[in-house]
Amino acid sequence: MGLFNNLFGKKLPVETPLDKVQDTVSSAKEVIKTDIQKEVNMSNKVKFIIDGKECTAEKGMMLVDAAAENGVYIPVLCHMKGMIPAGSCRVCTCKINGRNMAGCTTPVDEGMKIENDTPELTELRKTIVEVLFVEGNHFCPACEKSGNCELQALGYKYQMMVPRFPYSFPPKAVEAGAGKIYLDRNRCIMCKKCIRTVHVDGKNVFAFRGRGAHLEINIDKTLAAKLTDKQAQEAMDVCPVGSILRKEKGFDEPIGTRKYDKHQIGSEIEKVS
Amino acid sequence: MEATLQKIVEKYGKDSARLMDILYDVQTEFNCVSDEAVEKIAALLNISGVDVEQTRSFYHFFTKKPAGKYAVYLNNSAVAEMMGAGEIAKAFETAAGVKFGQVTADGKIGLHYTADIGMNDQEPAALINGQVFTSLTPAKVNEIIAGIKEGKCVKDMITTYGDGVNANPLVKSMVKNNIMNNGPVLFTDYQVGAALKKVVEMGPKAVVQEVKTSGIRGRGGAGFPTGMKWDFCSQAAGAKKYVVCNADEGEPGTFKDRVLLTEKAKMMFEGMAIGGFAVGADEGVLYLRGEYRYLQAYLENCLKEMRDAKLLGNVLDKFKFDIRIQFGAGAYVCGEETGLIESIEGKRGEPRNKPPFPVQVGLYNKPTIVNNVETFCAVSKIIEKGGEWYKGMGTAESSGTKVISISGDCAKPGVYEVVWGMTLTEMLALCGADAAKTQAIQVAGPSGVCVPPSQFGRKIALEDLPTGGSMIVVGNQRNLLKDLSLNFMDFMLDESCGSCVPCRALNHIMKEKLEKILNGNGIKKDIADLEEWSNSLSKTTRCGLGQTSGNPISTTIKNFRNKYEELVKDVDYHSDFDLAASVQTSCNYVGRKPNIHH
Amino acid sequence: MSKPVVATASLAGCFGCHMSILDIDDRILQLVELVEFNKSPIDDIKTFTKMCDVGIIEGGCCNSENVENLLAFRKNCKILISLGECAIMGGLPALRNGIPVEECINEAYCDGPTVSLNKERILPNDDELPMILDKVYPLHEIVKIDYYLPGCPPRADLIWNALVALLTGSKMDLPYEVVKFD
Repeated sequence: MGLFNNLFGKKLPVETPLDKVQDTVSSAKEVIKTDIQKEVNMSNKVKFIIDGKECTAEKGMMLVDAAAENGVYIPVLCHMKGMIPAGSCRVCTCKINGRNMAGCTTPVDEGMKIENDTPELTELRKTIVEVLFVEGNHFCPACEKSGNCELQALGYKYQMMVPRFPYSFPPKAVEAGAGKIYLDRNRCIMCKKCIRTVHVDGKNVFAFRGRGAHLEINIDKTLAAKLTDKQAQEAMDVCPVGSILRKEKGFDEPIGTRKYDKHQIGSEIEKVS
Repeated sequence: MEATLQKIVEKYGKDSARLMDILYDVQTEFNCVSDEAVEKIAALLNISGVDVEQTRSFYHFFTKKPAGKYAVYLNNSAVAEMMGAGEIAKAFETAAGVKFGQVTADGKIGLHYTADIGMNDQEPAALINGQVFTSLTPAKVNEIIAGIKEGKCVKDMITTYGDGVNANPLVKSMVKNNIMNNGPVLFTDYQVGAALKKVVEMGPKAVVQEVKTSGIRGRGGAGFPTGMKWDFCSQAAGAKKYVVCNADEGEPGTFKDRVLLTEKAKMMFEGMAIGGFAVGADEGVLYLRGEYRYLQAYLENCLKEMRDAKLLGNVLDKFKFDIRIQFGAGAYVCGEETGLIESIEGKRGEPRNKPPFPVQVGLYNKPTIVNNVETFCAVSKIIEKGGEWYKGMGTAESSGTKVISISGDCAKPGVYEVVWGMTLTEMLALCGADAAKTQAIQVAGPSGVCVPPSQFGRKIALEDLPTGGSMIVVGNQRNLLKDLSLNFMDFMLDESCGSCVPCRALNHIMKEKLEKILNGNGIKKDIADLEEWSNSLSKTTRCGLGQTSGNPISTTIKNFRNKYEELVKDVDYHSDFDLAASVQTSCNYVGRKPNIHH
Repeated sequence: MSKPVVATASLAGCFGCHMSILDIDDRILQLVELVEFNKSPIDDIKTFTKMCDVGIIEGGCCNSENVENLLAFRKNCKILISLGECAIMGGLPALRNGIPVEECINEAYCDGPTVSLNKERILPNDDELPMILDKVYPLHEIVKIDYYLPGCPPRADLIWNALVALLTGSKMDLPYEVVKFD
């Protein structure tokens, strides 16, 4: 598994087995105490506790995925199972062994104690969702993704009646000249999902541009022109918001019957248990 | 253009990991990295155009449009402003005939601001085509612009040189070292190669043990035990490993690495070689901030001399280790070790997620140790004189000495090598600042703490006031929140990689709230909001920079609450909406006078 | 005992939120029993005749008249509610935010695809007309707002639940289906 294989799309090998890395280097403070040569557990399963519930998962699995397998929902915007974690949205912040850490970048380990559904963490997550709403231009009533949007769904989950922060209404450029894709930066939350998943000829179709408050998503028009209908649809589907749309196709389902209109985000995971 | 680009790309073996060097060469050649160049470089490297643009747009010194044949980068960080950068900016604008952010019509002079360039002890200062101009006055500015208009070479406009190596023919820089206090570890006698001769006899394990014994902890600011880091790396699997020296000191107020790089370069390189021997690495990279490029020729020559003396290359015929220099291009966040690694690989300097840590998965995914300039220098001395000797100095948690860069409102700005554990009061006396006329000391730069006089008894030590080496003295005459906090927040915003939400967006919101307060539109609740939000920020951000990015606000609220309270209204709601102002543009445009009834 | 007094207004909105108020169906009869309406498009009372208990406002502020209206509501109502996306965040009219107001005026009066008769590029500048703001403002950026009911429009049940909670002093019922932003 390449952890940082995004050297412009070229794969870099990792010589150290990942489970060993995660086993030994789970946090800066713990590193001090950990003996690097500690025997790796023969069994690949580890037990950990989330809000008092005992869970079991494959050692080294990222916490959000491991939790989902155990019927515990940890909200995410920038993560999908099987994707190299980005740790950029921070909505999955949990308290792990007493420290605030992102659930999508922290591998589970034996005996881990995790706080997930607590008033403090809910407040932090709601804060992040509200920040995202004011940082971009999210006009839900006019968005094709409304009802299927994960950001909006988290707004519903946390009953955001109004963000506590002032709206910034930043001017953002839309890109309509990228083949089958229409890129609306007004709605982008910079989750990097498209950067990590959409490739043509082994090259990245999406990348960031700029830094800090001026960071924005960028699309390679030459490469985007080569995307097939299927790839364009996949790009649209991987976008958690309505930033990547397939041209000439807005939506199939009317408002009222879409994914999150009736069912809270995460409810499908919580139902499993 | 095509042929030149091809030549540049081929010079670096068509290796996309050398994109930083490629972009620098292109910038130097064409005065910018245009969109056209981006596409061509991408094609030559067989990577996506947006990937090249991603790197180009991340670094301050790569520009999309021509930066000017003479590109002036004036430092506008807090101390520069305190020392009169504003007046200097006006002088540049008047003399050049353009505003900052612009280039003259003939493309000759470009005026740009930049964050701290590591010259806080001799501000106002600017970089012009990579050469440093310090202690600027309006008269000097006029002279510089006159020289530029005559078409003089920038280097020729420097006529007086600084002390020590600054006057070396390979440097010829006006920068002064300002070494104000010599200490027993770094600014003392040093015999090149003595430590290396010792380590090859000791063997790698003993070297790691010696470093462990010394108790030295990372000098970049985080304070991770160096010996432990080396131990992890030495035990990590894999034959290929790297040693990286972090010389990206970008924390405003820090300039001690500049002086070490100038005066103790070989000591640092030797330390890197010792690290290579200890962990089993044969390659080292010095990641040097672009602002210090004026030292390049000298440092390259040091490397050559060390190779000639078999202190690098085939080291003492006992092990192989060599070093190359990788330049940054204006990005503070590359001082974060994994952001730095990404940058060496040619990418945007976005810190990686941890775990895994670089000791396991570092540069090119190989086990890597990343240490600060000062750490490597100290290691050379530790090996020479022994870990126990080193451990004998300092405090329980912080052994040895620390080089502190002191700037701001004091008589003797400069670098001070002191034994850990000195109080701020002692430091003030040392640098010639009057404690009674000092309203605050900013310790460890913007991401550190703004310390009030009531706490001047605190100690410079990892267990009390940890620092990577910056101390800014703030006199009573300054507007603390405006001159310091706001300037620092601007810095943090500009320097955030932007990848994680709280650092990118919440800081922006906090800065605007601070401005609202400074404009007299704040209410009491705003202070509580800022406290709460900076707390949320530190709990949710991804890297060390993010976690401390709200400190310019949170530590001043904590220690100088009255300064905020003086500015805010005691009401539960206040709007800064101004009807007259908000209709001005539309009324002007349609041609009517605003009629405001209330 | 006198009934609580309610006032409503639509500023830079489309009246969709008011339609949603009417969408509470037969409960409107209960509402009329429970409250007295003052200034509101529902009863066409144009000016405040007394201090009101609750003011419900749809739409954000895009011009000076909206601002004056909003200030009058704040002055004459003990509690103010932002009703719907436009009141809360500017809504669709705020799509113009970030575009210079001059460009917006040109598009509306001179260059838009539906403009054909304004060859002389005459811009409306009569003193009687409301003045256009530099951007569309959410209500809470101009006056203090006490409660927010999101949606485009807010679901009728959300409005009903909010009014019942306000009038009876009980906790508001917020089932998942009623809090929506579209």
